[in-house]
Amino acid sequence: MVTVTDSRREEILAWLDEVKDPEVPVLSIRELGVLRDVEVSSDDVVVVMTPTYSGCPAMHAMEVDVVATLARHGVPNVRVKTVYAPAWTTDWISDEAKAKLAAYGIAPPARVEADELVPLRRRAPVACPYCHSVNTIVRSEFGSTACKAILFCNGCHQPFELFKAI
Amino acid sequence: MSGNRERTGNRQQGTGNGDSTDGWVAGARPATATSGIVENPFFEYLLRLADDRLVLGHRLSEWCGHAPILEEDIALANIALDLIGQASLLLKLAGEVEGKGRTEDALAYFRDAIEFRNVQLVELPNGDFAATIVRQFLFDAWDVLVLERLTATSNQALAGIAAKAFKEAKYHVRHTAEWVRMLGDGTAESHARTQRALDDLWPYTTELFLGDAIDAEAVASGSGVDVESIRPRWRQMVEQVLGEATLTVPKDGFAPRGGRTGRHTEHLGRMLADMQSLARAHPGAAW
Repeated sequence: MVTVTDSRREEILAWLDEVKDPEVPVLSIRELGVLRDVEVSSDDVVVVMTPTYSGCPAMHAMEVDVVATLARHGVPNVRVKTVYAPAWTTDWISDEAKAKLAAYGIAPPARVEADELVPLRRRAPVACPYCHSVNTIVRSEFGSTACKAILFCNGCHQPFELFKAI
Repeated sequence: MSGNRERTGNRQQGTGNGDSTDGWVAGARPATATSGIVENPFFEYLLRLADDRLVLGHRLSEWCGHAPILEEDIALANIALDLIGQASLLLKLAGEVEGKGRTEDALAYFRDAIEFRNVQLVELPNGDFAATIVRQFLFDAWDVLVLERLTATSNQALAGIAAKAFKEAKYHVRHTAEWVRMLGDGTAESHARTQRALDDLWPYTTELFLGDAIDAEAVASGSGVDVESIRPRWRQMVEQVLGEATLTVPKDGFAPRGGRTGRHTEHLGRMLADMQSLARAHPGAAW
Protein backbone atom coordinates (compact mmCIF):
# COMPACT_ATOMS: atom_id res chain seq x y z
CA MET A 1 0.00 0.00 0.00
CA VAL A 2 2.61 2.51 1.11
CA THR A 3 4.98 1.48 -1.64
CA VAL A 4 2.34 1.92 -4.34
CA THR A 5 1.59 5.49 -3.19
CA ASP A 6 5.28 6.29 -2.83
CA SER A 7 6.16 5.08 -6.29
CA ARG A 8 3.20 7.01 -7.72
CA ARG A 9 4.44 10.09 -5.92
CA GLU A 10 7.95 9.63 -7.32
CA GLU A 11 6.51 9.21 -10.79
CA ILE A 12 4.52 12.45 -10.49
CA LEU A 13 7.50 14.33 -9.10
CA ALA A 14 9.55 13.17 -12.08
CA TRP A 15 6.88 14.45 -14.51
CA LEU A 16 6.79 17.76 -12.69
CA ASP A 17 10.47 18.19 -13.54
CA GLU A 18 9.15 19.14 -16.97
CA VAL A 19 7.60 22.31 -15.51
CA LYS A 20 10.12 25.13 -15.78
CA ASP A 21 10.18 28.57 -14.26
CA PRO A 22 8.90 30.65 -17.22
CA GLU A 23 11.35 33.44 -16.37
CA VAL A 24 14.38 31.20 -15.72
CA PRO A 25 13.69 28.34 -18.13
CA VAL A 26 16.81 26.34 -17.20
CA LEU A 27 15.38 25.51 -13.79
CA SER A 28 12.43 23.29 -13.07
CA ILE A 29 10.06 24.24 -10.30
CA ARG A 30 11.49 21.32 -8.38
CA GLU A 31 15.07 22.59 -8.68
CA LEU A 32 13.92 26.09 -7.81
CA GLY A 33 12.32 24.85 -4.61
CA VAL A 34 8.89 26.19 -5.53
CA LEU A 35 7.53 22.64 -5.68
CA ARG A 36 7.34 21.56 -2.04
CA ASP A 37 5.50 18.26 -2.07
CA VAL A 38 3.02 16.03 -3.82
CA GLU A 39 0.23 14.39 -1.84
CA VAL A 40 -1.29 11.38 -3.54
CA SER A 41 -4.61 9.93 -2.44
CA SER A 42 -7.12 7.67 -4.12
CA ASP A 43 -9.26 10.70 -5.06
CA ASP A 44 -6.84 13.31 -6.22
CA VAL A 45 -3.31 14.63 -6.40
CA VAL A 46 -2.41 17.74 -4.44
CA VAL A 47 0.66 19.63 -5.60
CA VAL A 48 2.06 21.81 -2.82
CA MET A 49 3.84 24.94 -3.99
CA THR A 50 5.30 28.06 -2.38
CA PRO A 51 5.86 31.40 -4.13
CA THR A 52 9.35 32.82 -4.49
CA TYR A 53 8.17 36.40 -3.87
CA SER A 54 4.88 37.76 -2.52
CA GLY A 55 4.02 39.32 -5.84
CA CYS A 56 5.67 36.84 -8.20
CA PRO A 57 3.64 37.05 -11.42
CA ALA A 58 5.06 33.74 -12.64
CA MET A 59 3.29 31.74 -9.93
CA HIS A 60 0.03 31.62 -11.82
CA ALA A 61 1.76 30.44 -15.00
CA MET A 62 3.57 27.71 -13.05
CA GLU A 63 0.32 26.51 -11.46
CA VAL A 64 -1.38 26.31 -14.84
CA ASP A 65 1.66 24.43 -16.19
CA VAL A 66 1.56 21.93 -13.33
CA VAL A 67 -2.06 21.02 -14.03
CA ALA A 68 -1.52 20.88 -17.81
CA THR A 69 1.65 18.77 -17.52
CA LEU A 70 0.03 16.19 -15.27
CA ALA A 71 -3.04 16.11 -17.49
CA ARG A 72 -0.72 15.25 -20.41
CA HIS A 73 0.51 12.27 -18.38
CA GLY A 74 -3.06 11.20 -17.72
CA VAL A 75 -3.35 12.44 -14.14
CA PRO A 76 -6.81 13.89 -13.51
CA ASN A 77 -8.04 15.75 -10.44
CA VAL A 78 -4.93 17.78 -9.74
CA ARG A 79 -5.18 20.55 -7.20
CA VAL A 80 -2.51 23.12 -6.39
CA LYS A 81 -2.14 24.10 -2.77
CA THR A 82 -0.12 27.23 -1.98
CA VAL A 83 1.78 27.41 1.30
CA TYR A 84 3.74 30.40 2.64
CA ALA A 85 5.67 28.84 5.49
CA PRO A 86 8.47 28.06 5.59
CA ALA A 87 9.26 31.02 3.38
CA TRP A 88 11.06 30.22 0.16
CA THR A 89 14.81 30.67 0.24
CA THR A 90 17.45 30.48 -2.48
CA ASP A 91 19.30 28.06 -0.19
CA TRP A 92 16.86 25.41 -1.48
CA ILE A 93 18.43 25.64 -4.94
CA SER A 94 20.90 22.76 -5.24
CA ASP A 95 24.53 23.19 -6.27
CA GLU A 96 23.74 21.35 -9.49
CA ALA A 97 20.94 23.80 -10.28
CA LYS A 98 23.20 26.73 -9.40
CA ALA A 99 25.71 25.45 -11.95
CA LYS A 100 22.91 25.47 -14.56
CA LEU A 101 22.13 29.08 -13.70
CA ALA A 102 25.78 30.10 -14.12
CA ALA A 103 26.00 28.29 -17.46
CA TYR A 104 22.87 30.18 -18.56
CA GLY A 105 24.58 33.51 -17.75
CA ILE A 106 22.93 34.25 -14.43
CA ALA A 107 25.25 34.50 -11.42
CA PRO A 108 23.85 32.02 -8.86
CA PRO A 109 22.84 33.15 -5.39
CA ALA A 110 25.37 32.92 -2.57
CA ARG A 111 24.32 31.25 0.66
CA VAL A 112 21.92 33.46 2.58
CA GLU A 113 23.98 35.22 5.21
CA ALA A 114 23.15 34.88 8.88
CA ASP A 115 20.15 37.09 9.32
CA GLU A 116 21.29 40.60 9.86
CA LEU A 117 18.15 42.54 10.69
CA VAL A 118 18.96 45.59 8.66
CA PRO A 119 21.53 44.97 5.96
CA LEU A 120 21.98 48.60 5.00
CA ARG A 121 24.83 47.75 2.64
CA ARG A 122 25.65 44.86 0.32
CA ARG A 123 28.92 43.18 1.19
CA ALA A 124 30.02 40.00 -0.56
CA PRO A 125 31.52 40.46 -4.07
CA VAL A 126 29.81 38.64 -6.93
CA ALA A 127 31.74 36.74 -9.59
CA CYS A 128 30.91 37.38 -13.24
CA PRO A 129 29.29 34.25 -14.76
CA TYR A 130 31.19 34.84 -18.03
CA CYS A 131 34.81 35.62 -17.04
CA HIS A 132 34.65 34.87 -13.28
CA SER A 133 36.17 38.22 -12.37
CA VAL A 134 35.03 39.57 -9.02
CA ASN A 135 35.66 43.11 -10.22
CA THR A 136 31.92 43.67 -10.60
CA ILE A 137 29.50 46.37 -9.51
CA VAL A 138 25.80 46.38 -8.75
CA ARG A 139 23.99 48.45 -11.35
CA SER A 140 20.60 47.86 -9.81
CA GLU A 141 19.33 45.78 -6.91
CA PHE A 142 16.36 45.04 -9.15
CA GLY A 143 16.22 43.38 -12.52
CA SER A 144 13.87 42.00 -15.13
CA THR A 145 12.20 39.84 -12.50
CA ALA A 146 11.79 40.11 -8.73
CA CYS A 147 14.44 37.45 -8.13
CA LYS A 148 17.30 39.13 -10.00
CA ALA A 149 19.66 42.09 -9.69
CA ILE A 150 21.58 43.76 -12.53
CA LEU A 151 25.38 43.82 -12.26
CA PHE A 152 28.20 44.90 -14.52
CA CYS A 153 31.57 43.19 -14.93
CA ASN A 154 34.54 45.54 -15.18
CA GLY A 155 36.66 42.55 -16.29
CA CYS A 156 34.84 41.66 -19.51
CA HIS A 157 32.65 44.78 -19.76
CA GLN A 158 29.53 42.72 -19.79
CA PRO A 159 26.30 43.34 -17.92
CA PHE A 160 24.86 40.27 -16.22
CA GLU A 161 22.12 39.23 -13.87
CA LEU A 162 22.48 37.92 -10.33
CA PHE A 163 19.95 35.60 -8.74
CA LYS A 164 19.51 37.36 -5.41
CA ALA A 165 20.08 35.40 -2.22
CA ILE A 166 17.04 35.69 0.01
CA MET B 1 -19.14 59.69 24.23
CA SER B 2 -17.62 63.14 23.94
CA GLY B 3 -13.92 63.83 23.92
CA ASN B 4 -14.36 66.04 26.97
CA ARG B 5 -15.74 63.28 29.07
CA GLU B 6 -12.91 61.06 27.94
CA ARG B 7 -10.32 63.57 29.05
CA THR B 8 -12.10 64.09 32.34
CA GLY B 9 -11.92 60.38 32.88
CA ASN B 10 -8.20 60.40 32.24
CA ARG B 11 -7.62 63.16 34.75
CA GLN B 12 -9.44 61.12 37.31
CA GLN B 13 -7.12 58.21 36.77
CA GLY B 14 -5.45 57.31 40.02
CA THR B 15 -8.28 58.71 42.09
CA GLY B 16 -9.76 55.28 42.45
CA ASN B 17 -12.17 55.02 39.52
CA GLY B 18 -10.24 52.04 38.19
CA ASP B 19 -9.71 53.37 34.67
CA SER B 20 -6.17 52.22 34.01
CA THR B 21 -6.41 51.80 30.27
CA ASP B 22 -6.92 55.42 29.28
CA GLY B 23 -3.96 55.53 26.91
CA TRP B 24 -5.20 53.20 24.28
CA VAL B 25 -8.92 53.50 25.00
CA ALA B 26 -8.76 57.20 24.23
CA GLY B 27 -6.77 56.45 21.08
CA ALA B 28 -9.42 53.99 19.92
CA ARG B 29 -12.25 56.49 20.04
CA PRO B 30 -12.00 57.66 16.43
CA ALA B 31 -12.43 54.09 15.15
CA THR B 32 -15.84 54.00 16.72
CA ALA B 33 -16.67 57.49 15.55
CA THR B 34 -15.70 56.91 11.93
CA SER B 35 -16.66 53.38 11.14
CA GLY B 36 -19.21 52.32 13.71
CA ILE B 37 -18.62 49.60 16.26
CA VAL B 38 -15.48 47.62 15.58
CA GLU B 39 -16.88 44.12 15.36
CA ASN B 40 -13.72 42.32 14.51
CA PRO B 41 -10.50 43.92 15.78
CA PHE B 42 -8.19 41.40 14.08
CA PHE B 43 -9.84 42.11 10.73
CA GLU B 44 -9.16 45.81 11.33
CA TYR B 45 -5.59 45.03 12.30
CA LEU B 46 -4.99 43.08 9.08
CA LEU B 47 -6.52 45.91 7.03
CA ARG B 48 -3.97 48.32 8.50
CA LEU B 49 -1.09 46.05 7.53
CA ALA B 50 -2.55 45.45 4.09
CA ASP B 51 -3.62 49.01 3.24
CA ASP B 52 -0.18 50.54 3.95
CA ARG B 53 1.19 48.17 1.33
CA LEU B 54 -1.61 48.49 -1.18
CA VAL B 55 -1.60 52.29 -1.18
CA LEU B 56 2.18 52.68 -1.16
CA GLY B 57 2.50 49.99 -3.83
CA HIS B 58 0.06 51.87 -6.03
CA ARG B 59 1.86 55.17 -5.47
CA LEU B 60 5.14 53.54 -6.51
CA SER B 61 3.51 52.03 -9.58
CA GLU B 62 2.72 55.57 -10.74
CA TRP B 63 6.46 55.95 -11.38
CA CYS B 64 6.42 53.14 -13.94
CA GLY B 65 7.78 54.65 -17.16
CA HIS B 66 8.62 57.98 -15.47
CA ALA B 67 11.60 57.30 -13.18
CA PRO B 68 14.79 59.30 -13.83
CA ILE B 69 16.80 56.28 -14.99
CA LEU B 70 15.80 52.89 -16.37
CA GLU B 71 17.27 50.87 -13.49
CA GLU B 72 15.30 52.90 -11.00
CA ASP B 73 12.14 52.59 -13.03
CA ILE B 74 12.56 48.82 -12.75
CA ALA B 75 13.43 49.04 -9.05
CA LEU B 76 10.37 51.09 -8.11
CA ALA B 77 8.12 48.79 -10.13
CA ASN B 78 9.68 45.76 -8.40
CA ILE B 79 9.13 47.21 -4.94
CA ALA B 80 5.57 48.11 -5.92
CA LEU B 81 5.04 44.52 -7.03
CA ASP B 82 6.30 43.16 -3.72
CA LEU B 83 4.10 45.54 -1.72
CA ILE B 84 0.99 44.83 -3.77
CA GLY B 85 1.70 41.09 -3.55
CA GLN B 86 1.98 41.35 0.22
CA ALA B 87 -1.23 43.41 0.33
CA SER B 88 -3.00 40.76 -1.72
CA LEU B 89 -2.00 37.98 0.72
CA LEU B 90 -2.97 40.09 3.74
CA LEU B 91 -6.32 41.15 2.26
CA LYS B 92 -7.11 37.55 1.41
CA LEU B 93 -6.44 36.60 5.02
CA ALA B 94 -8.46 39.61 6.21
CA GLY B 95 -11.40 38.49 4.09
CA GLU B 96 -11.23 35.02 5.66
CA VAL B 97 -11.02 36.50 9.16
CA GLU B 98 -13.99 38.75 8.44
CA GLY B 99 -15.99 35.76 7.24
CA LYS B 100 -18.36 37.69 4.98
CA GLY B 101 -17.11 36.30 1.72
CA ARG B 102 -15.11 39.33 0.65
CA THR B 103 -12.10 38.44 -1.51
CA GLU B 104 -8.85 40.40 -1.68
CA ASP B 105 -10.11 42.08 -4.83
CA ALA B 106 -13.39 43.10 -3.18
CA LEU B 107 -11.45 44.64 -0.32
CA ALA B 108 -8.98 46.42 -2.59
CA TYR B 109 -11.37 47.77 -5.18
CA PHE B 110 -14.74 48.15 -3.51
CA ARG B 111 -13.95 50.01 -0.33
CA ASP B 112 -14.04 53.82 -0.25
CA ALA B 113 -11.36 56.07 1.23
CA ILE B 114 -13.01 56.24 4.66
CA GLU B 115 -12.76 52.45 4.91
CA PHE B 116 -9.01 52.42 4.24
CA ARG B 117 -6.73 51.98 7.25
CA ASN B 118 -3.32 53.03 5.93
CA VAL B 119 -1.21 55.76 7.52
CA GLN B 120 -1.38 59.11 5.75
CA LEU B 121 2.34 58.99 4.91
CA VAL B 122 1.82 56.42 2.17
CA GLU B 123 -1.08 58.14 0.42
CA LEU B 124 0.69 61.46 -0.17
CA PRO B 125 1.42 62.30 -3.80
CA ASN B 126 4.81 61.12 -5.01
CA GLY B 127 6.38 64.56 -5.36
CA ASP B 128 9.81 64.52 -6.96
CA PHE B 129 12.13 61.51 -6.96
CA ALA B 130 13.75 62.64 -3.69
CA ALA B 131 10.37 62.78 -1.95
CA THR B 132 9.44 59.31 -3.21
CA ILE B 133 12.76 57.88 -2.02
CA VAL B 134 12.65 59.58 1.38
CA ARG B 135 9.08 58.42 2.01
CA GLN B 136 10.01 54.90 0.94
CA PHE B 137 13.07 54.82 3.19
CA LEU B 138 11.16 56.11 6.23
CA PHE B 139 8.48 53.46 5.60
CA ASP B 140 10.90 50.62 4.79
CA ALA B 141 12.91 51.20 7.98
CA TRP B 142 9.66 50.90 9.97
CA ASP B 143 8.36 48.01 7.90
CA VAL B 144 11.42 45.81 8.34
CA LEU B 145 11.08 46.12 12.13
CA VAL B 146 7.33 45.44 12.09
CA LEU B 147 7.66 42.40 9.85
CA GLU B 148 10.54 40.95 11.83
CA ARG B 149 8.31 40.90 14.92
CA LEU B 150 5.28 39.64 13.00
CA THR B 151 7.21 36.55 11.92
CA ALA B 152 6.99 35.44 15.57
CA THR B 153 3.24 36.01 16.01
CA SER B 154 0.99 33.20 17.19
CA ASN B 155 -1.20 33.46 14.10
CA GLN B 156 0.44 31.01 11.71
CA ALA B 157 -1.07 32.46 8.55
CA LEU B 158 0.08 35.98 9.41
CA ALA B 159 3.49 34.76 10.53
CA GLY B 160 3.97 32.97 7.19
CA ILE B 161 3.08 36.07 5.15
CA ALA B 162 5.34 38.19 7.37
CA ALA B 163 8.29 35.82 7.01
CA LYS B 164 8.14 36.16 3.24
CA ALA B 165 7.55 39.92 3.32
CA PHE B 166 10.39 40.37 5.82
CA LYS B 167 12.91 39.03 3.30
CA GLU B 168 11.60 41.53 0.76
CA ALA B 169 11.58 44.47 3.18
CA LYS B 170 15.25 43.87 3.92
CA TYR B 171 16.33 44.52 0.36
CA HIS B 172 13.84 47.37 0.03
CA VAL B 173 15.43 49.27 2.90
CA ARG B 174 18.92 48.45 1.64
CA HIS B 175 18.02 49.99 -1.70
CA THR B 176 16.28 53.10 -0.40
CA ALA B 177 18.98 53.74 2.24
CA GLU B 178 21.55 53.68 -0.55
CA TRP B 179 19.56 56.27 -2.51
CA VAL B 180 19.10 58.51 0.51
CA ARG B 181 22.90 58.53 0.90
CA MET B 182 23.47 59.25 -2.78
CA LEU B 183 20.93 62.05 -2.94
CA GLY B 184 21.74 63.62 0.41
CA ASP B 185 25.48 63.44 -0.09
CA GLY B 186 25.23 64.25 -3.79
CA THR B 187 24.97 67.64 -5.48
CA ALA B 188 23.74 70.86 -3.86
CA GLU B 189 20.50 70.42 -5.80
CA SER B 190 19.92 66.79 -4.75
CA HIS B 191 20.85 67.60 -1.15
CA ALA B 192 18.42 70.52 -0.99
CA ARG B 193 15.57 68.55 -2.52
CA THR B 194 16.15 65.58 -0.24
CA GLN B 195 16.30 67.73 2.88
CA ARG B 196 13.11 69.52 1.81
CA ALA B 197 11.37 66.16 1.27
CA LEU B 198 12.55 64.96 4.67
CA ASP B 199 11.27 68.13 6.38
CA ASP B 200 7.89 67.79 4.63
CA LEU B 201 7.43 64.08 5.33
CA TRP B 202 8.89 63.79 8.82
CA PRO B 203 5.69 64.87 10.66
CA TYR B 204 3.80 62.01 9.01
CA THR B 205 6.11 59.37 10.52
CA THR B 206 4.65 59.85 14.01
CA GLU B 207 1.49 58.04 12.98
CA LEU B 208 3.52 54.89 12.27
CA PHE B 209 4.14 54.52 15.99
CA LEU B 210 0.71 55.33 17.40
CA GLY B 211 -0.92 52.27 18.91
CA ASP B 212 -4.58 52.15 19.86
CA ALA B 213 -7.08 49.57 21.12
CA ILE B 214 -6.88 47.58 17.89
CA ASP B 215 -3.11 47.25 18.20
CA ALA B 216 -3.36 46.54 21.92
CA GLU B 217 -5.78 43.71 21.32
CA ALA B 218 -3.59 42.22 18.58
CA VAL B 219 -0.55 42.46 20.85
CA ALA B 220 -2.42 40.96 23.81
CA SER B 221 -3.54 37.98 21.71
CA GLY B 222 0.01 37.40 20.50
CA SER B 223 -0.73 38.30 16.88
CA GLY B 224 0.40 41.90 16.65
CA VAL B 225 3.31 44.28 17.10
CA ASP B 226 3.68 46.94 19.76
CA VAL B 227 4.56 49.74 17.34
CA GLU B 228 5.58 52.15 20.08
CA SER B 229 8.31 49.75 21.20
CA ILE B 230 10.07 49.76 17.83
CA ARG B 231 10.44 53.54 17.63
CA PRO B 232 13.90 53.76 19.27
CA ARG B 233 15.34 51.16 16.88
CA TRP B 234 13.75 52.92 13.91
CA ARG B 235 15.10 56.24 15.03
CA GLN B 236 18.59 54.80 15.41
CA MET B 237 18.52 53.27 11.94
CA VAL B 238 17.11 56.39 10.28
CA GLU B 239 19.52 58.73 12.05
CA GLN B 240 22.47 56.59 11.00
CA VAL B 241 21.55 56.78 7.32
CA LEU B 242 20.57 60.46 7.44
CA GLY B 243 23.90 61.22 9.11
CA GLU B 244 25.80 59.42 6.36
CA ALA B 245 23.69 61.32 3.86
CA THR B 246 24.70 64.66 5.49
CA LEU B 247 21.02 65.38 6.11
CA THR B 248 19.58 67.02 9.21
CA VAL B 249 17.05 65.08 11.27
CA PRO B 250 13.97 67.32 11.55
CA LYS B 251 12.52 68.22 14.92
CA ASP B 252 9.37 66.50 16.08
CA GLY B 253 6.34 68.77 16.23
CA PHE B 254 2.93 68.87 14.61
CA ALA B 255 2.01 65.34 13.60
CA PRO B 256 -0.95 64.54 11.36
CA ARG B 257 -2.83 61.36 12.27
CA GLY B 258 -6.09 59.57 11.62
CA GLY B 259 -5.35 57.25 8.72
CA ARG B 260 -5.64 54.15 10.90
CA THR B 261 -9.26 55.04 11.62
CA GLY B 262 -10.24 56.15 8.14
CA ARG B 263 -9.46 59.86 8.29
CA HIS B 264 -7.34 60.59 5.27
CA THR B 265 -5.90 63.49 3.31
CA GLU B 266 -7.79 64.51 0.19
CA HIS B 267 -5.14 62.71 -1.85
CA LEU B 268 -6.29 59.18 -1.05
CA GLY B 269 -9.72 59.58 -2.65
CA ARG B 270 -8.17 60.80 -5.89
CA MET B 271 -5.69 57.97 -5.90
CA LEU B 272 -8.42 55.38 -5.32
CA ALA B 273 -10.55 56.91 -8.07
CA ASP B 274 -7.73 56.01 -10.42
CA MET B 275 -6.80 52.67 -8.84
CA GLN B 276 -10.36 51.38 -8.58
CA SER B 277 -11.82 52.73 -11.81
CA LEU B 278 -11.28 49.63 -13.93
CA ALA B 279 -12.64 47.19 -11.35
CA ARG B 280 -15.69 49.40 -10.78
CA ALA B 281 -16.36 49.97 -14.45
CA HIS B 282 -16.23 46.23 -15.11
CA PRO B 283 -17.28 44.45 -11.89
CA GLY B 284 -16.25 40.82 -11.85
CA ALA B 285 -13.88 41.18 -14.80
CA ALA B 286 -11.10 38.59 -14.80
CA TRP B 287 -7.87 38.07 -16.74
